[in-house]
Amino acid sequence: METVVSIKPLLACLISLAAVVPIVLSGKRPNLREGWTFLAGFAKLALVASMLPVVLGGGQIEYTLWRLMPGVSIAFRVDAMGLLFALISSTLWIATSAYSIGYMRGLDEHSQTRYFAFFAVALSATIGVAFAANLFTLYLFYEMLSLATYPLVTHHQDEEARMSGRKYLTFILGTSIGLVLPAMLVIYSLTGTLDFNQPGLLAGVSSQAVVVVLLLMMVLGFAKAGIMPMHGWLPAAMVAPTPVSALLHAVAVVKVGVFSIFRVMTGVFGVHLLRALDLGTLVAIIASVTILVASLIALSQDGLKRRLAFSTIGQLSYIVLGAALLTPKGMTGGLLHIAMHAFGKITLFFCAGAIFVATGKKNISEMVGIGRRMPVTMTAFLIGSMSVIGIPPTGGFISKWFLVLGTLEAHQIPLLVVLLSSSLLNAAYFMPVFYRAFFCTPEESQFEPGVVAEAPAWCVAPLVFSACVSVGLFFYPQPFLRLAELAIRNITGG
Amino acid sequence: MIAPEQYPVLIVVIPLLSAFLINLIGMADKRFCYPATLLALGGSLAAAVAVAGQVAAGGVIHYRVGGWPPPFGIEYVIDHLNALVLVVIAGVALVAAIASKCSVEAEFPHKRAQFYTLFVLLTTGLLGMTITGDAFNLYVLMEISALTNYALIAMGGNRALVGGFNYIIVGTIGACFYLLGVGHLYIMTGSLNMADLLHLLPALFHTKAVLVGAILMLLGAWIKMAFFPLHGWLPNAYTYAPSATSTLVAPLMTKVSVYIMIRVLFSVFGAYYVFTVLPVKGLIVWLAVAAIVGGSLFALAQQDFKRMLTYLIVAEVGYMVGGVWLANQWGITGAILHIINDAVMTLCLFLFCAIVVHKTKGHRLSDMRGLFRRMPVTMTAFAIGALSMIGVPPTAGFFSKWYLILGGIDAHQWGFVAALLFSSLVNAVLFFRIFEIAHFEPADEVHGHGHGAVAIDEAPLSMLLPLVAVAVGLIVLGLYSTTLVSTFIHYAVPAGI
Amino acid sequence: MAELFAKYNYWIYIALMMIGLYAMIAKGNLAKKIIGMSIFQTAIIVFYVSIAAKTGGATIPIIAHGHEGAEHAVRVIDYVNPLPHVLMLTAIVVGVATLGVALAIAMSIHQRYGTMEEEEILEQIRE
Repeated sequence: METVVSIKPLLACLISLAAVVPIVLSGKRPNLREGWTFLAGFAKLALVASMLPVVLGGGQIEYTLWRLMPGVSIAFRVDAMGLLFALISSTLWIATSAYSIGYMRGLDEHSQTRYFAFFAVALSATIGVAFAANLFTLYLFYEMLSLATYPLVTHHQDEEARMSGRKYLTFILGTSIGLVLPAMLVIYSLTGTLDFNQPGLLAGVSSQAVVVVLLLMMVLGFAKAGIMPMHGWLPAAMVAPTPVSALLHAVAVVKVGVFSIFRVMTGVFGVHLLRALDLGTLVAIIASVTILVASLIALSQDGLKRRLAFSTIGQLSYIVLGAALLTPKGMTGGLLHIAMHAFGKITLFFCAGAIFVATGKKNISEMVGIGRRMPVTMTAFLIGSMSVIGIPPTGGFISKWFLVLGTLEAHQIPLLVVLLSSSLLNAAYFMPVFYRAFFCTPEESQFEPGVVAEAPAWCVAPLVFSACVSVGLFFYPQPFLRLAELAIRNITGG
Repeated sequence: MIAPEQYPVLIVVIPLLSAFLINLIGMADKRFCYPATLLALGGSLAAAVAVAGQVAAGGVIHYRVGGWPPPFGIEYVIDHLNALVLVVIAGVALVAAIASKCSVEAEFPHKRAQFYTLFVLLTTGLLGMTITGDAFNLYVLMEISALTNYALIAMGGNRALVGGFNYIIVGTIGACFYLLGVGHLYIMTGSLNMADLLHLLPALFHTKAVLVGAILMLLGAWIKMAFFPLHGWLPNAYTYAPSATSTLVAPLMTKVSVYIMIRVLFSVFGAYYVFTVLPVKGLIVWLAVAAIVGGSLFALAQQDFKRMLTYLIVAEVGYMVGGVWLANQWGITGAILHIINDAVMTLCLFLFCAIVVHKTKGHRLSDMRGLFRRMPVTMTAFAIGALSMIGVPPTAGFFSKWYLILGGIDAHQWGFVAALLFSSLVNAVLFFRIFEIAHFEPADEVHGHGHGAVAIDEAPLSMLLPLVAVAVGLIVLGLYSTTLVSTFIHYAVPAGI
Repeated sequence: MAELFAKYNYWIYIALMMIGLYAMIAKGNLAKKIIGMSIFQTAIIVFYVSIAAKTGGATIPIIAHGHEGAEHAVRVIDYVNPLPHVLMLTAIVVGVATLGVALAIAMSIHQRYGTMEEEEILEQIRE
């Protein structure tokens, strides 16, 4: 495997940090300020995309920023898995920034400079996690993300935001300091390294019980992945402005969580060790419980964003389930779902926000007949739902297909049942929203007939974009499918 | 210029002589005291840095004061352990002095000369304690720093007087215990020189007198560093002290006492006696656990920010004592690294506290309303200090916790590991509570979606620049921790551990 | 038994130390605390000086010269050990300084609170 040394991963990570200063300085001129965000966004995407050829050709890009002690450094490694994640986040940052303009200005929100500045920092941390070469670097950027997103989650600065902020930190900081940090240190003291390209070192130096405990600490410790019972922060974080929920809780924060779990399972423990100790089953059970329970709770939620939040919790565990299957198709499905779910879910969140900006409505029961008023938005909502449920012709179908094949490959029929039943549940909580939006009598409709009043263009364009991509990915799932397959090939050593 | 071999004594002599000069200058014109202080401390810092460089390059330095050979004369020994601590003391003192200008002018402008004299004398005492290789000389300098400390604290008036008085009583007990301990060693060996004692004591390890001497010296150091359960004097003494005093004293006094404990343990008695002959290391680690947990819980209960910080000092001392008594490479490295890191972190927090007192005239938690809007730069620097206390990479605090936790894992002291993690979580709660008050609660009635312009009312530059420099320093220190470890601390851990 | 009483200097210093410690901790009056502190420090000074003593009629460590200035060889055994005496000169100075600071602070407390009793001071603070 060809390894190139290049400063690009560092630049990709830092470019949005560098943008923070101009953003803060142009606080008084909103258009200039937003211009900096877009500039940084496109630059970041360009940098990330420029690394595609090397990685698609089977290579890796490395860069060590700072050596700390033997086996511990701040280092970047761009491989297929990381590049997949980075590509999604950078693309969707640009979309979300456009959406933010429509949303924040549409509602005349306060502290917009702070918002855009911390958004940039959060994206920097996300890319840092994606390209982390070892557990220490991952932990560093993981914590940076937790801290950078706190001002975003608590943006409204009211009592509700304060309480949610506390919940957010309790779950996320509490688990990372209380579980991930000691586990990381135990791993370091046992193996002497934290690097991701040396999986399975734990096998020779510790007993089975220790490995199981460490794995559980890691899986539950990365609370951003929303695995039950560490999921409580996600619904609480819905008090944030919708663009924050959209990017952070459909793309960046939660995906960082599952990505970290995926990375640790494959890079520190290793597929062979996990298979040998049958730990895949353990993780699969935890993931399955989360999938089913979250889907059931979603059914009972009236707040649209809360329903989406629980849907996210369930969908994230699909990715963890994919990793837990430990078979090529299953893991490919899991990785691919990072991409497909991101585009699908962000469409749904964009729609929820657009509805709020245009009509002020937050609850599903208040959205009867809204399809007449906002046809573009609700069509996008339909496409997003289909992707999350996994119905063709949307991208979500492809990742679910691989996951199903994975369960068959692993001879885990119960998991197949879990997947299928959760898809049914997904349909059960999404379809009514769409149905009541379009198919109702004029009397039942809560909106004036004949009036079409979409959200501002800055809001609608991004959701149309992500909906189209969701469909497009069905027909052409590249480069994500290729990246996922390459990643799995590296992991399984085949 | 002055020959480089004389730098060691300059570290102590410059501030010592300057203290008297400052008093004289103060009689002429009070305004010159402040620059004179800065010059004196700057000179001392320069000498300390130069000496640290000499030690890194050439190994241990032995300096004989007056040319008298030991054991007749007093010897200054600068090895890898105290070279760092000297730089830290001089550096922290200089930064605290720079930041003291506004507080002193606000709180006691007519006593400036006395204040700065005592300030510089205290620093002299601390530097002398650290640099000396003679056990009795250490007592003398200990009392110099203690007496000036009592006086500086008492300058706060009112409750500071009572807290200071109590501190005198307890501090004297501690120093006298130390002196008694030295006396016992002298009776048995006839020597006061530390290196000499290290040679002579092993033959006497079985005697009760040496045991009593060890216990007394240890107890003395523990009283001085406020190690649980001997910490009762610290909260009252530090909380009501004037801002300029606490900025100097809080980061340094307890850390230098920890240094004294390490010095006495390893350079007088030796690691073998302390860890193998004495059967107490497990017990002391548990005491440290109690210190960490107790300090953290007490801090949680406080409504006064400064008092909260003093209880955090108690917890941090627990880190260091526990780390040393883990008796392994990681633990001792972590403890020594934490001396440096904690001094800088505490300085950051107390500088912030001084700014808050200066601006809002109080140091209760409720005085921090809306500070993120009014003082964004100050709050950002404070946030970095807070993150270091919590232990978030890449700040310095994370790395000392790294070593300490590894040491705990290695020694199978899971209680200690759990206490360290518990303390991180409690610190997170404590500091985010402050962030909440500063972020959510409006200073006036402006809040929510309104665009009310709250004026930015930053701290004065003489207080803001040191705070920002220290905050940046915390990150730099964190990134360079392993360099520090490999260049200095590695050699400070006794061989054979 | 005789051995125990041979080292009577230790018993004396322990007794003095305990008296001082008791006064410092148990007494509520600030002046009494200061006196206790003084006794405590004095106990240590007494202890150090006592260990300098030598049996056999050793005298104070000041070299006796004849008027002619003739130099005799100094017989160490005739003089008590001077080093502890010297150390205790320092310690006495330290003790005096501490006493001074403590008295100054006690005076300030009296000016501020009007009393030297710890209880009453604490009561005033609690208000």
